Amino acid sequence: MILRSRQRDRLMRGVLTASAVLAVGVLVLIVGYVLWQGLPVLSRAFLLEPPAKMGRAGGIFPTIVGTVLLTAGAVVVAAPLGVATAIYLAEYAHQGRLVSLIRFGTESLAGIPSIIFGVFGFLFFVIYLGMGWSVLSGALTLAGMILPTIIRTAEEAMLAVPRAYREVSYSLGGSRWQTITRVVLPNALPGILTGIMLGVGRSVGETAAVIFTAGASLRVPHSVLDPVRTMSVHFYLLAREGISMRNAYGTAAVLVLSVLAVNFVAYYLMHRHLARLRGAGR
Amino acid sequence: MTGRTGGANGSRGPVAVPGSEPGAAKILARDFKFWYGSVPALKGISLEVAPGEQLTIMGPTGSGKTTFLRCLNRLNDLVPGTRFEGSLLIDGRDVYRPGTDVDDLRRRVGMVFALPIPLPMSIFDNVAYGPRLHGVRGRRLAELVERSLRAAALWDEVKDRLGDSAFSLSGGQQQRLSIARVLAVEPEIILMDEPCSGLDPISTLRVEETVEQLRGKYTIVFVTHNPQQAARLGGRVAFFYLGELVECAPAAQLFTRPRDRRTEDYISGRFG
Repeated sequence: MILRSRQRDRLMRGVLTASAVLAVGVLVLIVGYVLWQGLPVLSRAFLLEPPAKMGRAGGIFPTIVGTVLLTAGAVVVAAPLGVATAIYLAEYAHQGRLVSLIRFGTESLAGIPSIIFGVFGFLFFVIYLGMGWSVLSGALTLAGMILPTIIRTAEEAMLAVPRAYREVSYSLGGSRWQTITRVVLPNALPGILTGIMLGVGRSVGETAAVIFTAGASLRVPHSVLDPVRTMSVHFYLLAREGISMRNAYGTAAVLVLSVLAVNFVAYYLMHRHLARLRGAGR
Repeated sequence: MTGRTGGANGSRGPVAVPGSEPGAAKILARDFKFWYGSVPALKGISLEVAPGEQLTIMGPTGSGKTTFLRCLNRLNDLVPGTRFEGSLLIDGRDVYRPGTDVDDLRRRVGMVFALPIPLPMSIFDNVAYGPRLHGVRGRRLAELVERSLRAAALWDEVKDRLGDSAFSLSGGQQQRLSIARVLAVEPEIILMDEPCSGLDPISTLRVEETVEQLRGKYTIVFVTHNPQQAARLGGRVAFFYLGELVECAPAAQLFTRPRDRRTEDYISGRFG
């Protein structure tokens, strides 16, 4: 059947709108369901008290501490290393075979299932380096897991900075490092931040790699060599072992809300940075 | 002695400025050749520019004008796989001599690009970008920015909104901002690579007036593909064609009595 272009246009508009509605709808449904089930559980005590009876009662305080420590540790290790690598790849490395190989390598690493990282972290950090199930082992494993994403997004962001900006900087007598710090990085920052935020999200949500390397202790850790349990792991164990669906949903609600909060803050900061970068404006 | 014809006619000596000593040249190219990979872009350019002179390089796209400019400040270093032969001297020193401080060379040899390229920051920060690279701060910086904007004939239009984004300026203003940005690093030579190619006739006129005011204070090499513009700017005109310097002479002479057939064809608009 031959449709006239106007009919076809209307049809495609319908199909595309439906796709968008479906995609957003699924997201709203999942988040909405978790919050609907979990929000009634939340209370001051739930956030600030330790669990009792393996999580059947009490709060989730140690798992919040565990999540924050592991995620912060992973980002503190992976972000500087990833951005430095990206600067090397985008600005210093001779764009040849070796760099293509490194790029291909990081891209492949980003696609490896997290449980592989978990097993590696277990064998290398926990056993071989003798760190045991600990905050340190978990954070380093997560750092390795999110590193490829940070490298790739940071590099893309830097390569997207117009070449003309670099030429202006060089033509005014700027050195390579001055050009990177004053022109390339400020303009690439939103992209770099996006990569780091993706890393935060993956770290917060990770279970497999964390169970293997940080353990599942319900105590608040006193040193980086103590084991911890994160919220994701707690949720998994509560649901999987049928300990308490109620507290599982409570944990999930805290998880979802904190990820949303981190994203909002990051995008607010990015917006402010962009506004400043483009001049005060009127 | 007036300008001689170089290039295809076989005469390869430097084209002398009337009444100047060869040793006093600000810029001196001697049989300078340049390749991008295996593609020759400059096929033996010999040319001399006196201190304080304004030379116009005229030629069609692909004639090597921009390549020549980008050799003078070594911006071509950013392109991989290039090669050169011959010598290119500024103040008697070869810019390609090993051990040249390229950052310092680029500070002394400023460049205005074909399209205005404001950096994504305020008007003030754009002009201050260069001086800050070289450690100028505080009151001296503010004075330098004002002086540069005045010299680029932009001060009166922007003095009340220095904190605004440079993108809020019109195209012509942005190009004068680019000129101010170059002046702020206090260069000795200013290279202008078709600075009016993206501008309307009125803005073009304003930029040309600005160049007029800079004449004599700086050594200027102005590149254009437009014969009318070359004629308006006056001074000496060098006609580049396919990587060769065809002819170099004072504008009045080049446009009325061109020596080479190709020059005549170009200025009379007979080229495709």
